[in-house]
Amino acid sequence: MSLLLLAEQVLNGLQFGIMLFLMAAGLTLVFGVMGLINLAHGSLFMIGAFAAAAVAGATGSFLLALIAALAAAAAAGALVEVLVIRRLYAREHLDQVLATFALILIFSESTRWLFGSFPLFLNIPEALSGPVTLPGGIQYSLYRLTLIAIGLVVAFGLFLLISRTRLGIQIRAGESDREMIAALGVDISKLYTIVFALGAALAGLAGALVGAIQSVQVGMGEPVLILAFVVIVIGGIGSIKGALVGAILVGLTDTLGGLLLPLFFGLFMDNASATSTGSALASMSIYILMAIVLVVKPSGLYGARA
Amino acid sequence: MTRETLINSALALALLLVPLWAYAMDEPFIITLATKVAILALAGVGLNIALGLGGLVSLGHAAFFGIGGYAMGILASHAQSYTAITDWPVLIEGTKSMPVIWLVALLASGLAALLIGALSLRTSGVYFIMITLAFGQMFYYFAISWAAYGGEDGLSIYVRNSFPGLNTLDPIQFFAITFVLLLAALLFSARLAKSPFGLALNAARQSPQRVETIGLSPYRLRLVAFVISGMITGLAGALFADLNRFVSPTMFSWQTSGEIMVFIILGGTARLFGPVAGAALFIILEHILGGLSEFWHIYLGLLLLLVVLFAKGGVIGTLAGREKAHD
Repeated sequence: MSLLLLAEQVLNGLQFGIMLFLMAAGLTLVFGVMGLINLAHGSLFMIGAFAAAAVAGATGSFLLALIAALAAAAAAGALVEVLVIRRLYAREHLDQVLATFALILIFSESTRWLFGSFPLFLNIPEALSGPVTLPGGIQYSLYRLTLIAIGLVVAFGLFLLISRTRLGIQIRAGESDREMIAALGVDISKLYTIVFALGAALAGLAGALVGAIQSVQVGMGEPVLILAFVVIVIGGIGSIKGALVGAILVGLTDTLGGLLLPLFFGLFMDNASATSTGSALASMSIYILMAIVLVVKPSGLYGARA
Repeated sequence: MTRETLINSALALALLLVPLWAYAMDEPFIITLATKVAILALAGVGLNIALGLGGLVSLGHAAFFGIGGYAMGILASHAQSYTAITDWPVLIEGTKSMPVIWLVALLASGLAALLIGALSLRTSGVYFIMITLAFGQMFYYFAISWAAYGGEDGLSIYVRNSFPGLNTLDPIQFFAITFVLLLAALLFSARLAKSPFGLALNAARQSPQRVETIGLSPYRLRLVAFVISGMITGLAGALFADLNRFVSPTMFSWQTSGEIMVFIILGGTARLFGPVAGAALFIILEHILGGLSEFWHIYLGLLLLLVVLFAKGGVIGTLAGREKAHD
């Protein structure tokens, strides 16, 4: 195995992790502020991807497609929050799980009804297609590199939003004492809608960005959602920093596990069985990572409470 | 006799009479549907022990359902190809005998539940939901990449497995097997709820601190409940695979976990016959709505949303009224 291949896979892992972070950040914010577990977050990812594919197909502009993804996901998020989600804050987790499961069914089937069962395709914009040569002679896709950059910018922006702005102060206050900030005159239900729409927009952005390197289809959101859950369990609920660290860990483990485990078993097995054992184990590697974190630190790496 | 007992008896009787009527009318398809209801209800009865009794919101029960299914698939596929599963350290051969398959399914899913439970019960609440969901997904991906047993395509079994003294290929006889197993599981579940263990588990759900003060370990109570729950769902998985004569990674998918939970909620959480009512309603809806529109899941989603938001007791709760606070 060449070092170049390894470097490329590390970048792929990083890119995958950063996209997971966009999903996990919204989930963990919504959980931290409202105490809500939202299974339908994957649907918002899907809505972002479909909105982007539809707009890119009609206008040919990737930038417009991204804006459409953000707007559609945020609008869907705000609508769902007002109609359904806000009735669930005071309910037990079981109700939240079931209601948001119902939302998945509704979103997925409505999308199938609107767009059909066949996958849509979203092309990488012209300016970002093709490889770029990195220091050290590594050839890497410019688009994927842009994804990493966008993700890091969003992560930084989120840190600034939470730590420096008035909205961020309200969000942090809402996490620790919602009665108190309501008493101080903050419109708590408006705050909740904004936070939910913000999380939705991040999911929609991730969907649109990933949609250009995958096919855009119904059901694309749930596998990502479950990985985002793994990220949150590893990072700790409610912690944006934990989400970032967890996401990168999961991204790297997944990509490098698929590359290294078959090679590792190849040391003492014949080729065919090393490949099958290695890839079977690689498919489980992130869950094993999660299990280890659970044994060592049940509340996650940066979690305050279990 | 309370109203709920009356409704339960009526449900059990209906589930028995419908296939008998279909048998008389020579409608094998309806018998198959009733068999499906009985099997899915059995899976729900399993989950209900963790969910209703123990308050453990497990979104990963598809893992056990799938393991039961694959126990059947692996044993039967080896028996049908006359190959041994392993010849070292001891020779293990496949089998087409249902009782043996059920035993393996119970043991395998129990072991998996012990492992998953031991890890995920270290946490609670929303963590527990996410972790069980993740472990379920792990089995899904594992099954997909397990090329030896069909990978993504799954395994087909040509002839249904056998049960001593019965012809399992006859739909009504296979239905009888699933019906008896369902009743046995319901009886067991009712006895369990009233047993000292069930009472302690119920107490651990309501107030873990108090349970701990009297010297019981909530963790251990929950773990035992989780294992029993996984085993029953695993048995249902083996039967479900036998009904379809087919296993595939879909049995492990997160949708399966969600649907098993939906049976319980549609029927009524923590009600003994909740899963039976829910599974029956689900299959009936699938048939009526599925015939009307290809996109019937939209209506299922809306119905589920309405039940969760406005009719918490599900079918049995609505019919039988509020549960008594104390027995």
